[in-house]
Amino acid sequence: MQARRLKERIILYLLAFCALAALVTLLLIALFTLKEGLPAFREIGLGKLLLGKVWRPQREQFGLVPMILGSIYVTIGALLLGVPPALGCAVFLAEVAPAGVRAAIRPAVELLAGIPSVVYGLFGMAVLVPLVRRIPVPGNTGYGLLSASIVLAVMILPTIASIAEDAIRAVPREYKEGALALGATHWQAIRGVILPAARSGILAAIILGMGRALGETMAMIMVIGNSIMIPRPLNANPLTLVLSQARTLTGNIAVEIAYATGLHESALFATGVVLFVLIVIVNNLTRLLMRRRK
Amino acid sequence: MNGEGAATEAMSPPCGRRFRLLSPRLRQRIAFSLLWLAGLLAVVALVAVTGYVVARGLHLINLEFLLTPPRGGISGEGGISTTIITTLYLVALVVAISTPLGVGAAIYLAEYAGEQRWVEWARFGVETLAGVPSIIFGLFGYALFVMALDFGFSLLSAGLAGACLVLPTIIRASEEAIKAVPREYREGSLALGATKWQTVRGVVLPSALPGIVTGIILTIGRVVSETAVFYVTLGGSYRMPRSLLSGGRTMALHVYYLATETRAFEKAMATATVLVLLTIFLNLAARRIVGYGQD
Repeated sequence: MQARRLKERIILYLLAFCALAALVTLLLIALFTLKEGLPAFREIGLGKLLLGKVWRPQREQFGLVPMILGSIYVTIGALLLGVPPALGCAVFLAEVAPAGVRAAIRPAVELLAGIPSVVYGLFGMAVLVPLVRRIPVPGNTGYGLLSASIVLAVMILPTIASIAEDAIRAVPREYKEGALALGATHWQAIRGVILPAARSGILAAIILGMGRALGETMAMIMVIGNSIMIPRPLNANPLTLVLSQARTLTGNIAVEIAYATGLHESALFATGVVLFVLIVIVNNLTRLLMRRRK
Repeated sequence: MNGEGAATEAMSPPCGRRFRLLSPRLRQRIAFSLLWLAGLLAVVALVAVTGYVVARGLHLINLEFLLTPPRGGISGEGGISTTIITTLYLVALVVAISTPLGVGAAIYLAEYAGEQRWVEWARFGVETLAGVPSIIFGLFGYALFVMALDFGFSLLSAGLAGACLVLPTIIRASEEAIKAVPREYREGSLALGATKWQTVRGVVLPSALPGIVTGIILTIGRVVSETAVFYVTLGGSYRMPRSLLSGGRTMALHVYYLATETRAFEKAMATATVLVLLTIFLNLAARRIVGYGQD
């Protein structure tokens, strides 16, 4: 009897230890990235890192503004291009699609989420970049914000679509029935009742997609051009901003970490810290919204 | 059902007052057409990306391609055998490390955990870790495993970093599977005098197995398609790994190197085709098993 109870106890502790593994990993990640980034924060200073406009490791200039803007621009671009079809797809799957069509499209959406990011990157390099290059603007290489935003939009579509669909499905049936009973068309019920009721869940889906977009690395390196520059229009027409090359925070780390040493290496860990903080903020926005929905 | 068209002007919902000219019926028509378009767009995107890659890569795939090692060079001569092996090693390593931890965590969270403060934190850890971008896992793996522990760029470093990456995936999938086991199963077992752990091991886990296996398949998919983490922890040599401490190159990394460093697009397409087919296969397998579980 004693032995049995002891065994149960030991197992309990082992399982509790496992349960903490994720938290411990998270703390270790925070600790190591911070620790390695510390020299950069100390020697360069948070202000110069966050507000410096020039990143030139050979001259010990480590300003992250180009990369921060690159990440933000490409994320906005991906959201602009990706959110409308993703939400359309969600509404379609939850409300409009006949069962058979839904059974065909749902797996496609899931598969879209499972395609490796290098495959998206490769497709971008082989198809999108040459297409974008055809836009006749001097200095347009095809690599840049537009190509990257398109690739990213496709990559976040499944994330947003499937979570938004769940949110729409979670709206009580009675809401819709009430609207229909009042004589509204199905579309009027969707726009006037269902979507407003699912609003916070849909917002959470978009924010989650935003997190994915900010964190994507390889596909971005492959199509965004990676030039260290503050993205700017190629000529007097401000729209040509989308043809500008850029570099993301994620890309900055991946491209340079292999050969970086000393302060340079530390500055890359500092880049990681900036990215990490950004993502945790975005992530907790989602948590807050989800909680409020309950 | 779809609103019998009886909607009168008087009660029209807040939407579309601007489009008085169009009847609610017509507006619905237009809106639904757009929704169909959005739904089909997902399929079109999938077919375009995978179709293009497969169409350009499939004809290069044969036994020789799969069974000979890459020889490097500008056009990426040779096959991909060593990258397949490296991928397999890495998958085995990540699954071996992450499954016991992840399933253990899921059992605790689903079966034992109460309202304690630290459990809240443990859950916060899982949720937050799931949202951390993979390059950060790479950076962490580089700092801890490659440098601090001096494992170098190796299968071991990459496997450990990869295990950290997939931990939330396997915990979530397993926890869901365990929670889906009906209460009565547990009560029956406990009523027969079994201890909590005996119940978990003998009744709950077997019933949850299909869901847990699905989680493991998801993990495998994640490792096969991941690039960023391994880009900074695995080294990238296309030679055959000889031990846990030798570096290597997965198929996904191979695609990246071929496409960006040597511009060997044809070989990159062929390798990507293998990746895509593998992804589809894993996806179908996961679906199958979930299907069985529900029967």
